[in-house]
Amino acid sequence: MIAVAEESQLSQRPAQPDSIVASLDGINKNYGDIRALRGVDFGVHAGEVVALLGPNGAGKTTAVKLLLGLMQPNSGRVRVFGGDPTNPENRMRTGAMLQVGKVPETLRVREHIDLFSTYYEHPMPLAEVLAATGLEKLSDRKFGDLSGGQRQRVLFALAICGDPDLLFLDEPTVGLDVEARRLLWDEIRRMVDRGKTVLLTTHYLQEADALADRVAVINQGEIIAQGTPAEIKAKTSGKRIRCITSLSVASVRQIAGVSDVKEDREALEIHAVEAEPVVRELLARDARLSGLEITSAGLEEAFLALTQDSARNGINRTEFTESRHPRPKETQ
Amino acid sequence: MSTATLALSTARIERSPSHTATIYLKEIKYEFLKNLRLRMYTASVLSFPLMFYVLFGLVLNAHQMIGGTSVPTYLIGTYGPFGVMGASLFGTAAGLASDRGLGWLQVKRASPMPPFAYFVAKIVTSMIFSGFVVLALFALGVLFGGVRMPVLLAVRALGTLVIGSLPFSAMGLALGYFAGPNSAPPMINLIYLPMSFCSGLWVPIMFLPKVVQQIAHALPPYHLSQLALGIVGGGQHEPSATHWEVLAAFTMICLGVARIGFQRDQEKMYG
Repeated sequence: MIAVAEESQLSQRPAQPDSIVASLDGINKNYGDIRALRGVDFGVHAGEVVALLGPNGAGKTTAVKLLLGLMQPNSGRVRVFGGDPTNPENRMRTGAMLQVGKVPETLRVREHIDLFSTYYEHPMPLAEVLAATGLEKLSDRKFGDLSGGQRQRVLFALAICGDPDLLFLDEPTVGLDVEARRLLWDEIRRMVDRGKTVLLTTHYLQEADALADRVAVINQGEIIAQGTPAEIKAKTSGKRIRCITSLSVASVRQIAGVSDVKEDREALEIHAVEAEPVVRELLARDARLSGLEITSAGLEEAFLALTQDSARNGINRTEFTESRHPRPKETQ
Repeated sequence: MSTATLALSTARIERSPSHTATIYLKEIKYEFLKNLRLRMYTASVLSFPLMFYVLFGLVLNAHQMIGGTSVPTYLIGTYGPFGVMGASLFGTAAGLASDRGLGWLQVKRASPMPPFAYFVAKIVTSMIFSGFVVLALFALGVLFGGVRMPVLLAVRALGTLVIGSLPFSAMGLALGYFAGPNSAPPMINLIYLPMSFCSGLWVPIMFLPKVVQQIAHALPPYHLSQLALGIVGGGQHEPSATHWEVLAAFTMICLGVARIGFQRDQEKMYG
């Protein structure tokens, strides 16, 4: 695990141990009997964008709240800027976007921003915050009159208005439509261009792929893989072939290069390292094969495979990350 | 096990006094604006005492007397505390329960906001709205009820009632820490309305059954209204020091309970 993380750092930028701005070290966090985080080691380096990727309930929000000092771990060490996350000095240098059920609805956009800006020593000018978040025209609107996407942008504005060095974004684009999501991505990228360090959590795999230098996949409280988006994808490289055929699952499984076959409604879904030889063989065996589709295994596939593997095998993380890499996928 | 437990209480941010003052003032300003624009708050909580006053003090009994005091004057001393209590309980408990339960307080806590500013804003805002209700009662009484008294007495009554908002803000904070975001408003009403009745805020205390009159002595609104009535005329002639002591003790108890809630929240999040 650590090996993978460091490798990716080396390939991206020189890794300096002192450049870690936020870290979780051997973190265990329980809610009663539920083990929300189990032995999590995780660090964010200055200037990078890290995505914590995982399904709902994986422990992403818990990790963010620990890093914000809103919770304490049962064991392990949380460090932000080399100190305690609850240190008010650190709060001056961090901005946070959390999932909120209800924000005071009768205050206007500019009023919310004005109040939060006041908390900081050197806030961005209001006009700049509004421009950076595309809220200029909405600044006089009351929060309650905004759409979901606009509300997320206000919460984002509150996170950045203090011009913090480190941004925690918990599911920044959850519930947004495609266009609103892209707008927010652009805004996050702009913050990165200004030299900010960003930790974002997401269960949108595409989002991690689009924004992050490094991705940590988290499932059931454990980090099961870390690396660049490319590395994560490489872990389950390959293509997905879908077709309607009279061939049996068992016989398709015999074809060289096929790693997995599933029946999906009327069609077969075949995973293969390379598509072309498998397709050639399929067409040779079944001349009436139809509905052929080939897609590359995106981060989504990688993610599913990774989480399924860890769930199926109950493997420990070290073994997983060290031996998983070139291992051919077993059929299910 | 965890290394970072109590840093919160020790570490502080070095801010200039003027910056700190600005934060507190803005926190109060926006808390005030937030509530002012909340129909639920202004239209119901603040206007109920005024409506009652108009109906029972100006329309129905305007020319009657209670003890040597005209009804419109007397009722300022009862609907005043009634309005103060509503403004303060709803101004603190409802917002706190919602902010706590629905995540907004966490966003604020993750920011460098001085934690105390949040509570001070709620308390001061409740005092401001309490003052508005009392002023409105006086205005109605003077304009339509023939209420006449030296300005100094009116100012004393106003000051007393505004300070009298504190016990109920403290009670609201305590409630806000133990009520859920949705259960807070009904819970407040469940306490607010019976307590007001039993304290003689709706029907003058001497017209209530003896048992209720006994109970009233244990209720903070009774003591606040007796302080106000003692100024405008028509009080029970008990020593006002006793009333202040009861209110002060009640405030301390409520703040103690609120503190337990605050710590329970911290531990839930920090433990």
